[in-house]
Amino acid sequence: MTWLVPLPVVIPLIAAGLALAMSRRSRAQGIISVVALSLVLLTAVVLIFLTHHQGPQVVNIGGWGAPVGIALVADRLSALMLLISAIVILCVLLYSLAQGLADGNEGAPVAIYHPTYLVLAAGVANAFLSGDLFNLYVGFEILLAASFVLLTLGGTGERIRAGSIYVVVSLLSSILFLIAIALIYAATGTLNLAQLSERLGDVDPAMRLVLQVMLLMGFSIKAAVFPLSAWLPDSYPTAPAPVTAVFAGLLTKVGVYAIIRTQTLLFTDGRLNTLLMWAALLTMIVGIIGAVAQDDIKRLLSFTLVSHIGYMIFGISLASTTGLSASIFYVAHHITVQTALFLVAGLIERRGGTTSLERLGSLAKVAPALAVLFFVPAMNLAGVPPMSGFLGKTGLLQAGVELGTPLAYAAMGAGLLTSLLTLYAVVKAWNKAFWQDAPEPLPDTSIPRSMFGPAAVLASVGIAIAVIGGPLYAYTGAAARDLRLQSPYIDAVLVHGERGAGQSSDASGDDS
Amino acid sequence: MIDMTPNLVLVLVIGVLVGCGVYLLLERSLSRVIVGVALIGNGVNLLFLVAGGAAGGPPLIGSGPAEDMSDPLPQAMVLTAIVITLGMTAFVLAMAYRSWQLHGHDEVQDDLEDRRIAERAERGELDNRADDIGTSLAIEAAEARDETEEGPLLAGAHHEAQVNADDHEIKGRDR
Repeated sequence: MTWLVPLPVVIPLIAAGLALAMSRRSRAQGIISVVALSLVLLTAVVLIFLTHHQGPQVVNIGGWGAPVGIALVADRLSALMLLISAIVILCVLLYSLAQGLADGNEGAPVAIYHPTYLVLAAGVANAFLSGDLFNLYVGFEILLAASFVLLTLGGTGERIRAGSIYVVVSLLSSILFLIAIALIYAATGTLNLAQLSERLGDVDPAMRLVLQVMLLMGFSIKAAVFPLSAWLPDSYPTAPAPVTAVFAGLLTKVGVYAIIRTQTLLFTDGRLNTLLMWAALLTMIVGIIGAVAQDDIKRLLSFTLVSHIGYMIFGISLASTTGLSASIFYVAHHITVQTALFLVAGLIERRGGTTSLERLGSLAKVAPALAVLFFVPAMNLAGVPPMSGFLGKTGLLQAGVELGTPLAYAAMGAGLLTSLLTLYAVVKAWNKAFWQDAPEPLPDTSIPRSMFGPAAVLASVGIAIAVIGGPLYAYTGAAARDLRLQSPYIDAVLVHGERGAGQSSDASGDDS
Repeated sequence: MIDMTPNLVLVLVIGVLVGCGVYLLLERSLSRVIVGVALIGNGVNLLFLVAGGAAGGPPLIGSGPAEDMSDPLPQAMVLTAIVITLGMTAFVLAMAYRSWQLHGHDEVQDDLEDRRIAERAERGELDNRADDIGTSLAIEAAEARDETEEGPLLAGAHHEAQVNADDHEIKGRDR
């Protein structure tokens, strides 16, 4: 069944081509996109069962042997990321289709929306599945190129302004990543992740630290970890609501995924864990303080996005199985909840005509369903007990107590404070937008029911993660054990004797 | 076995290219940023060549002994990187042109919203809707009484004017 592994990359790419060919017929484009992304979702479901029961699934592209050719690997972590991203991408697509139907597709250049969106899906899947550092770079570039187009869709002044910052910062992070790749190849003679984890141990420790810092810098820019996060709240809120939603949910998490992968597979000596924990602490605090000051829902949510990246980095920096497990759980929770919130922000903008909290009001009276739909994921984000945010944070706190260093306790304190301030920020937003009287009468519009659906589905997936919290934690625990052991991944990729005769020259010089 | 000693000329060229690229990247104008990115990109491509070791024969099976061949992998990666850089450069160029169309220049601008929030905080107007009503009973009482009176409340008028001023400031933000 390994032929399933490349499908999440191949299907959207083919569909993107088809959609581009059908650029005059938006109805056909919509059908192509929905079918393609549903197939990806189906594949992801099958993959998660396969990898859970049979171990990592590996495909060598073009039949080239593992260390030289490109390997696509689906292990437990990749499969879970793939499944969550497939759900989110499909929901956001349905939302944007409903929006297109409601608006009659006027004005917006929808002809390129579907192809680009599908390319974005392919890039995200490629990054999650890649078993090779250079292919990971290519995956990043695919999704970045697509995100550039989506962010500047329509080319209005505001989007070009925000887009130019986003593009330049993204290019910079790509360059850092590329330099790191060149240095790693020079040092080890391979870029296959599995083989790298065997060979990097022989590299001089000082050089290894340089390589690790370079990779972490590149990925941290993408994940918006604190000192490198300033670009995010500036650029995301200007894009159309569905685009912001999918960016907020997925793109930063691809960076987090890459950090998890390199921290567990390549650089396991843990010399930067303290630094990462400081970064996590500061990300949480600085992000949430930014969120408290905002008076625009989209910007507020962008800042909470930054601050909650800190939780995931905290889990990674603990370098323990429980910490990683909680971190992976938190990623799954946060992708769905943050996307749901941005979709609801789009609905608020439709109903109230603006996302500025200074001008919104009385929405609870005119759109009670919307009030519920905002309230549930907002409480989930803040981590109010029965919901999945609470479970994720509890897991992180448990892992922090297990480590028990003063810095870990400080970071846990920061996490609790962040949780509290998140609650303050979202409740303030809810009060202003829904509860208080509007300063000016709201426009007389209504939200099409078909746009409610996808947002409601995502909000309930956020709840469902809490309902299946036990099994999901068992799964992420198994994924974290695999990651810490390394051997399941390495053995799956480098099956000695069974694969093609791929061999890479060892730069250290003992074999060639 | 490939000679892995780095070539000094290549290393110097990489240093110059990346150095100039970083300098240009720090400029505000998008067209200079493009040139900077292109320079750094070429520097990194050369870095890949250094990473592959000294040049040997063409890596084709049968063209010579395998020990004398160049490492083909970095060359394949450089090719991919060149294509990606080309695409990205084209996109940034298009964006710079659009920016010039819209604003008459192609400079990267500051985040207006940040400045607006800071100014509002300085004027002490952040959250005035939530805080005034929630925290001060006196103001609340005053407002309740003022509803029956004629003419708008002074504070209310000020608030409204302020909101309007802000609207003006961010005109065009909400498309």
